[in-house]
Amino acid sequence: MKPATNSNSVVKIKKERNWKRWTIHLFPIPALLIYGLFIVYPLFAALTYSFFDWKGIVRGEFVGLKNFKDLFTLEPFSGLFWNAFGHNILYFVLQMVFQNGLAFILAYIIYKKVKGSEFLKIAYFLPRLLSVIVVGFLWKLILNPNYGALNVILEKLGLEQFQKAWLGDPDTALISIILVNCWYGIGFGVLIFLAGLQSIPKELFEAGKLDGADGLSMIRKIVLPLMVPSFMIMTVLTFIQSFEAFELVYAMQGSQGEPYHSTDTLAIYFYRLAFGGSAGGSTTAVGLGSALAVVLFLFISFFTALYLRYMQKKQVDM
Amino acid sequence: MNHTIWTRPFYYVFAFLIASISIYPILLMVLSSFKTSAEIFTSPLSLPKTFNLDTYRNLLEMIPFTTYFMNSVFVSVVSVLLILITSSLAAFYIARFTFVWNNIIFFFFLMGMMLPIKLGIVPLFILMKDLNLLNSLWSLIFMYVATGIPLSILILTGFFRTMPRELEEAARIDGAGNLRILWNVVLPLMRPALGTVMIIQFIQSWNDFFFPLIFITDDLKKTIPVGMLSLFGEYSADWGALFAGLTLASLPMIVLFFIASKQFMEGLTQGAIK
Repeated sequence: MKPATNSNSVVKIKKERNWKRWTIHLFPIPALLIYGLFIVYPLFAALTYSFFDWKGIVRGEFVGLKNFKDLFTLEPFSGLFWNAFGHNILYFVLQMVFQNGLAFILAYIIYKKVKGSEFLKIAYFLPRLLSVIVVGFLWKLILNPNYGALNVILEKLGLEQFQKAWLGDPDTALISIILVNCWYGIGFGVLIFLAGLQSIPKELFEAGKLDGADGLSMIRKIVLPLMVPSFMIMTVLTFIQSFEAFELVYAMQGSQGEPYHSTDTLAIYFYRLAFGGSAGGSTTAVGLGSALAVVLFLFISFFTALYLRYMQKKQVDM
Repeated sequence: MNHTIWTRPFYYVFAFLIASISIYPILLMVLSSFKTSAEIFTSPLSLPKTFNLDTYRNLLEMIPFTTYFMNSVFVSVVSVLLILITSSLAAFYIARFTFVWNNIIFFFFLMGMMLPIKLGIVPLFILMKDLNLLNSLWSLIFMYVATGIPLSILILTGFFRTMPRELEEAARIDGAGNLRILWNVVLPLMRPALGTVMIIQFIQSWNDFFFPLIFITDDLKKTIPVGMLSLFGEYSADWGALFAGLTLASLPMIVLFFIASKQFMEGLTQGAIK
């Protein structure tokens, strides 16, 4: 990067720099302090918390791995854990299909330059501007069994047999929430995939055309391989987001995983352990909660590490 | 392409169908906010008979919306300013100097982009309690600055690295200190990157409801998103007011979006693929 021509001036600059040298080290300090105190420290602290017994938010004695053991072997904790874990998996899978799958198709349509593509982009993106709590509450009203718009629309279309208490039924509550999440996130996916598509060199398509490739084989042979980075980003972001899923679930169903723990996610379960209401009452279980946080943290970090490795590789490539 | 001729109409129908699913709920929210609850219950899908603002008047009597609004403005503006200051200082250091630990510092910040900070909420709660920041808007500001720093540093560092150094070196020869160089020479050229950071972080801090949910219980210290929580908790039967509340909560962001939709969409995408 450095121009090789003016090595003379570089020497001069270095001299000039000397006396001011130490002040420059103050530059990253504010960011390091705030980031260190409010991000890094709490996560480390959560790790140490998991090895202690807790009475409310007062720390008791060191108990080693007891919290972890209880989390995985003691009922109802272990049952609730695996129940919530399964829901997180479902969250991830459905988002991959209905959010990212659809987003890719839509991005491809926009890429093909249909008329009104600007409008489409804005339309898909609009929900992303709302606060998640607004999204949750708005859909809670829409999905209301008595007065909600969805059931009324179904009735108008003559599809009464599909009317449901969407959020009151354990079979549909979680799926409804996840689909609302897809509604919220699809525009972001479209933009990411569109950016990926637009970075494919046009010449490749022309070369493909000359070789007689038709639409589908063009997608298979040219588009998909070159879209791997975008898929990777969306997959990892979706993964992290679905294993942290909290706000939308909380907004739509509260912290109890209503009905009958059918909408429990690990983060909701964690919130209950940490801030009360886990065993019906308001007792907190900070030790167990911290153990759960550590497990979830390690699980997410493993994939985070993969993502960072990939990004570093990408930077080297550039 | 062979498929174009017969697939194109299908493309259109599909794309616009999904677009209407994206827009319709938001439209419904705005339209319903002009209806009385009785009108919503009897004819939920029709246009409002009159555009009366009674629901909004009721809403403002029910909850201290202007207080929530001012709190949100204060928190978001201060957070974004602090993020811009701290991140450009750090990014300047990382991108423009070659101290041996620079890569470590950069990686340390980068790591934060993926750290699930919500899992540290119990220690954070105790920390805020010890710092006497519970029920203070500063608890939120610190959180938004801390969570915003990693991505902002990534974006700004990337941008710094693409910029030629000649101007800075000229200023240095003229005897300008680092702070002067950053403020007078570099930052004015960084406007696009600063704009991206601003938009991303503004949306984050304006819309967040997790941290105020934990840190704020005093009604007069609430930001708009947690304000919605109390609205829905206390007045869940008055649907007209509920829709009005949701609309008011979303309006500022939607207006900003239509003023600068391109920057919004580019900003958020860049944040992810940088």
